[in-house]
Parts: sequence; structure tokens; C-alpha cells
Amino acid sequence: MDVETLSRWQFGITTVYHFFFVPITIGMSMLVAVLQTLWVRTGKERYLKLTKFYGKLFLINFALGVATGIVQEFQFGMNWSEYSRFVGDIFGAPLALEGLLAFFLESTFLGLWIFGWDRIPRKLHLMSIWLAAIGTWLSAAFILAANSWMQNPVGFTVDVERGRAELTDFVAVLTNPVLLVTFPHQILACLMTAGALVAAIAGWHMWRLARAERDTTADPTEEIATHRWALRFGAGVMAVAGLGVIISGDLQGKVMYEVQPMKMAAAEALYESESPAAFSLFTVGTLDGSEEIFSVKATHILSFLATGTLDGEVVGINPLNQEYREIYHAQLAEIYGPEVVDQMPAFNPNIAVTYWSFRLMMGLGIVCLLIGMATVWFTRRGKLPPTSRLWLPMMVAFPLAPLLANSFGWIFTEMGRQPWLVFGLMPTFTGVSPGTSMADIIISLSVFTVIYGVLGVIEVRLLLKYIRAGLPDVSAQEPSTTDSEDEPLSFAY
Amino acid sequence: MTTLMTPMTTLIAMEVAAAPSTLQVVWFCLVAVLFLGYFVLEGFDFGVGMLLPVLARDEKERRVMINTIGPVWDGNEVWVLVAGGAMFAAFPEWYATLFSGFYLPLLLILVGLIVRAVAFEYRSKRDDAQWRRRWDWCIIAGSVLPALLWGVAFGNIVRGVPLDANHTYTGSLLTLLNPFALLAGLVMVGLFLTHGAVFIALKTLGDIRGRARRLAGRVGLATAVALVGLATWHNLALANTALVWMPTGIAAVGLLFGLLANRVGREGWAFVGTALTIFGLVITLFGGLFPDVMPASNNPAHGLTVVNASSTPYTLTIMTWAAAIATPVVLAYQGWTYWIFRKRIGVHHIPDPTPESAVPQGSRT
Repeated sequence: MDVETLSRWQFGITTVYHFFFVPITIGMSMLVAVLQTLWVRTGKERYLKLTKFYGKLFLINFALGVATGIVQEFQFGMNWSEYSRFVGDIFGAPLALEGLLAFFLESTFLGLWIFGWDRIPRKLHLMSIWLAAIGTWLSAAFILAANSWMQNPVGFTVDVERGRAELTDFVAVLTNPVLLVTFPHQILACLMTAGALVAAIAGWHMWRLARAERDTTADPTEEIATHRWALRFGAGVMAVAGLGVIISGDLQGKVMYEVQPMKMAAAEALYESESPAAFSLFTVGTLDGSEEIFSVKATHILSFLATGTLDGEVVGINPLNQEYREIYHAQLAEIYGPEVVDQMPAFNPNIAVTYWSFRLMMGLGIVCLLIGMATVWFTRRGKLPPTSRLWLPMMVAFPLAPLLANSFGWIFTEMGRQPWLVFGLMPTFTGVSPGTSMADIIISLSVFTVIYGVLGVIEVRLLLKYIRAGLPDVSAQEPSTTDSEDEPLSFAY
Repeated sequence: MTTLMTPMTTLIAMEVAAAPSTLQVVWFCLVAVLFLGYFVLEGFDFGVGMLLPVLARDEKERRVMINTIGPVWDGNEVWVLVAGGAMFAAFPEWYATLFSGFYLPLLLILVGLIVRAVAFEYRSKRDDAQWRRRWDWCIIAGSVLPALLWGVAFGNIVRGVPLDANHTYTGSLLTLLNPFALLAGLVMVGLFLTHGAVFIALKTLGDIRGRARRLAGRVGLATAVALVGLATWHNLALANTALVWMPTGIAAVGLLFGLLANRVGREGWAFVGTALTIFGLVITLFGGLFPDVMPASNNPAHGLTVVNASSTPYTLTIMTWAAAIATPVVLAYQGWTYWIFRKRIGVHHIPDPTPESAVPQGSRT
């Protein structure tokens, strides 16, 4: 273990953890805004109940997303100071703009939304959740612009004298082809995740109410109908967004093959070029590629994923390594000095991680599309989902599939970029803070892991508690027309 | 893909190195303004958090205190994210040296901000005294730590720290814990306590309002002594110019004015006074710092200035346009939410615990 390895682990752990909350925040803010719009337009109590119910779950999730997000912005400087020095002229701008244009919007209007129930006019209150949702989209756009630049650096030159990259074309950074395909892919993946969460919770309540109905005389008809609507709404979002995720993901694959062919080759553990190239569903064997014991292969598929044609050539890891040595060794020596060349003998990422994270991302994404479609189909024309015990584990699996698909997607994207921090420009090991000691990182890594672990347990328990509590009673919450001075607040911490 | 720098641009770069460009001055001022906004706004949030165990007598009063900042604390916190982002974009070297050098203090600030953010949102989500007490400690610690450590950090920035030729911090944690920086930390804590107490007096009704005023008077006096000590030390030892004595004067007059207004029950003016004090202090520190951003205590040549720490004119130009267009809009809507939540609150405004927060009988945690 060295400082570089631990810094990478810390960044990985804190980022993957942060990203459990981000897709829910981005997707859910939008779905809650849609629910509230339905309520404002129709006046139906059902939509108000759903807005408040899912709104509360959204906020429990949002708190942890915000809290863990602060760490992200500090970490570039704390653990990756040489990276910050080298790319700050380019990378800092989207981060600053994210704060200025997105975080202010998100936090201010979310505060207004949380505390504004019955205190500000209905339409203004509705506008505040929409503005908060737009804030989350802007935030995604800027941070993806920053990340896309790391995958495919554009619009810059290198000042060797000062040892840094300098921005020459900001429009190129904002229209990076990687960004243009990643943004829709990510936003749709967020909607898919939020849809799955809504569907799972509604499905669980229906299951619970249907089983309780057999034992009691109480009539839960309206409650079941409301959950049924939410189930179909969530599953519908999941199916439509899931389809979009797959289409945008396909486009993304082709851009990726264009700008980072090594990542595509690593995703298939393809050592030698193939034409046509097959896609293996899974492989049992030694993943260093030396021996393959058993694999299931779909012919032509990798060619299609990478090039859009059935017979296109997909270049393998070995020829790419050869080519990269010729291109990059001279460049690296010029920017970082000749000794760096020895530390970059090969340019391929960890094959096992890229191979499996790629498959898990795709597999789970397809599973999401299928369960979304199946749920819409099985609940058509007033039909209710089954009350069997199998339904329960299904409902638990529902939101986990898209969440994990998001995680594996990012693990693939980031691990697939290795050994580069900025592809073709900056090796990962050159970005680490030189003044940071092992002790510093061991302390911070332990502190983050413990705090994140404890907060994770608390958050899941709280979510379950509020999910169990069910739809809120909104009958007593008619907005007061007289602006009374002494009435209790409609919401307070 | 990469084109190397031409001799022409090298020439321009050397010319720029002579004196700060307008854009560099503008961005130094903007970073100062962002930290100023952060300390003025989140300053009273921290004060409210630190005073939670001192001012409130019961659960309803604790909730009154927390709800005075409920709708706005998150927006206030964004100021530090934007300040950090602006530092990264405009002065990457400053951001890199500061954040990697002050590693452990920043870690503690992060821990404080994390537990505090979650505490506000989760505290009332369970109707359980022990649950609330634990989150209260998170709010208290999450307010004390950042208040103290931002003070320590800025004390060290203006005082200078040991840096190597690549601008990497070479000191240890103990280097940062020098008397000057610790005094700066204490002044920050004292100022935020005063500022927060005045804010509570301004935003509440009932007993707690009077208690907050009395406390603001007492803490304010102690803070005034420490503040004058810090400012005098700073100005005499580090930056003995009119540029710093003037804002120092504003800080002193602001605090005096604030405490007098507080004494006669003009809480709005008292708040203006404490805000002015923070303004004066921040401008004193940044004014004394300019044109340095991270002076080196061991060798002046290793230090960072607005010139050798800054981004390219192209990046600064883009950022200037973005800031010029977005900042007025942000200020307008953030100010507007303060206007919406302008009313005072008292214990009678605090609703009963929600039915969902009820803890089922027999369940413990």
C-alpha cells in the first residue's frame, strides 16, 4: 500500500457512496415535481398524498447526498493536489460554475419548498421544486463536463514550462462528444432509479394492504388505488427511461470506442484485434487472457457495440498498447520527465474489473427495463399484482438493480480510464498530493468509512420507517387563507 | 492533440508575471467576497448551532433555534462550495497548496459539516429524546469545529506557512497550531457566537429572545477584546498599511455599534453591526494578504501570489462573465427567500411531532 493506492481507494469509496444518493436525488426531484404538478392541476388529493410521501423520502436521501457531496469538492485539492495544479485552469471552471449556477439554485429553492408548504402561493411553491430539480440537472451537466474532459480532453494546450494544461476553447469542453452522450445516459439512469424506487415502495404497500385485507374489514380501496397508480407510474418511468438508457448507452459505447478504444477492448478482455468481434456474456478462465476455460459468446455483437456495423474491426489490447507506447512515451517524457516513462510500461486498465463491471452495468440495466415493462403489463386494466410471498423480495430487488447499475457503470468508466487520470495526458500516479503522508490518509479513510457506514445504517432505517408509515393524512392540511401570526408552522425541523 | 506553447505566449506570460493583471485582482476580490458571504451567512448558522445547549431551556426552544435557520442554512453553506470552486478555477495553485497542506484541519471541517447537515434533516424524524440529543451533539460539534478551524486556517494563510519550491506545504499539523492562528480561530468562534446570538434575538419571540440579547452582549465584549488583539497583532506584524487599518476600524466600530444597538433592543441594527464586524475582519485579512495568496514563511520565493497561482487570462475571462451574469440573480433569489422567511418564530409556532416520527412501542433504537 502506498499513498497513491490509498488515495484512490478513498476517492473510490467516497464517490461510489456519494453516488448512491445522487441518482435518487436527480430522478426523485423530477418525479416529485411531476406529482406536485398533477396535484396543482387536478386538485386530486391522491397526488398531494403521493407528493408529500415521496417528497419526504426524497429529503431523507437528499440530506446525505449533500453531506457527502462537500467531500468531493475538497478531495481534489486534499488528495490530488498535483492533479489540481495541472488541470485547474480547465477543470476548476465547471466545478465553480456548478456551485454558482446549480448548488445555489438547488439548495435555496429546496429550502423554500421544504418550509414553504401553505406559506407561499401554491404555484410559487410548485415552481420551487421544479427549480430545485433543474438545479440537479445543471449540477449533473457541469460535473459530467469535468469528468468527460478527463475521459477525452479537448480544447486545451500544454504549457510544459509551467507544467500545466491550459484552456483554449471552453465551448469545446461543453460540447465534448463524451459529455453529449453521457449526460442523457446519466439523467435517464437517474430517472430509471427513481422510478424503480417509487414502484417498489408502492408495490410493497399494495402487497401489504392486499394481505391485510384478507384479515380485516377495513376498506383500503382508495389507498390501494393510489399505490397502484404510483406503481404503474414508477414502473412506466423505469421502462421508458430504461429504454433510453440502453439507446444512449449504445451511442456512448461508439463514442467511447472512438476516443478510448482501450476501454472497449478491456471491457471485452479482447487481447488481439477481431473482425467481426464477438461479445462474451461471461467467461470462466484466467482473466489475464492467457487461458479461457469456458465462455458463452454472441458473435458480431462487440463489433456492433463498438462500431455500429456487424463486421467492424475491434482493436485489441496488445496492438493498442503497442500503439500507445509509440504515441505517449515521448509526450510523457516531455511533460513529466523521462523517468515517468518507466512507470507506464502498459496502458491497459485492470481487465477483470472492467470486464465484469461492464457486464454488470449492462445486465442490470436490461433487467430494469424488463421489470419496468413487466410491471406495467401485469397491472394493466385494473389488474393487481400477485399477493404471493415472491412479490416481496422482488420489491426489494427493484431499486437495488438500477442503483447498482449506476455504481458499476461509474466503476467501469473510471477504472476503464486507468492508468490515466486524464486520458492520454496525465498518468494517475502523477496527480497525488506529494505532501500527504500515509498517516494522513489512513486517518481520513478510516474516518470517512466509519462515518459513512454509520450514516448509511441510520438513513436506511429512517427510510424504512417512513416507507412503513405509508401515505400521510392530508385532510387537515387545507392551506389557511388568513395569514395567521400565531398558527404553528406547517413544517418545522 | 497537444500543441506546445509558442515563444510568443511565453513572452506574454513573463510580462504578466511582473504585476497582477486586472483579472487577477478581480478574482482575488471575488474569492474574498465569497468567503465574506460564507462567514457572514453561515457565521450565524454556526453561532445558532454552538448556542444550542446554552440558550435553549427545553425541546421546543431548541426547535425554535434550529428553525430560525431551517430554510436557509443549506443555501448559506453553498457559499463555501462556490468559494472553493472559485479558488480552484481562478487560482489552482492556491487551492492545491491550501487543501493538501491543511489536510487534517480540513478533514475535521468536513466531518463537522457532514454530521451537521444530516442532523438538521434527521433530528425531528424520530420522536425520541435520545435520538434528538445525539443529533444535537452533531449540530454543536458540527458548528464549533468549522468555526474554529476556518479561523485557524485563515490565520495560517495570512501568517504564511513553510512551502517548498513546488509550493507544497512542508510543515506538520503542529505548525498550524501556532498562537496567532489559534487566536484567529477563537476570534472566529467568538464572532460567530455573537453574530448567532444577535440573529436569534432578531428572529425569535418570547423568553429566548431576551436571553439571546443578554448573551450577545456578554460574548460580544469578550470577542471585542480578542478581535482588537488579533487585528493589532496582524496589522503590526504582517501588514502595516492603510489598506488594513481601515477595515480594522470598520470591524471595531461595527462591533461597538452592534453591541450598543443590541443593548437598546434594536436587533436589526445589531445584526448589521455584527455583519459589518465580520466584513471588516475578512477585508483586513485579505487586504493584508494581497498580492500574496499563500506566503511562504521559510523562503519568500516559494510563496504563491495572485500572479503565479492564477489561471490563464482566457479562463479568468470566461469565469468573470459567468460570475457577472449569475451573481446578481443568485443574490436576488437568495435575498428573496430571506424575505419570505422574515417572520419571528416562538415556541407556539413549533408544531407537535409528526405522526410518522412516532417511535413504535417496544422498539428501542
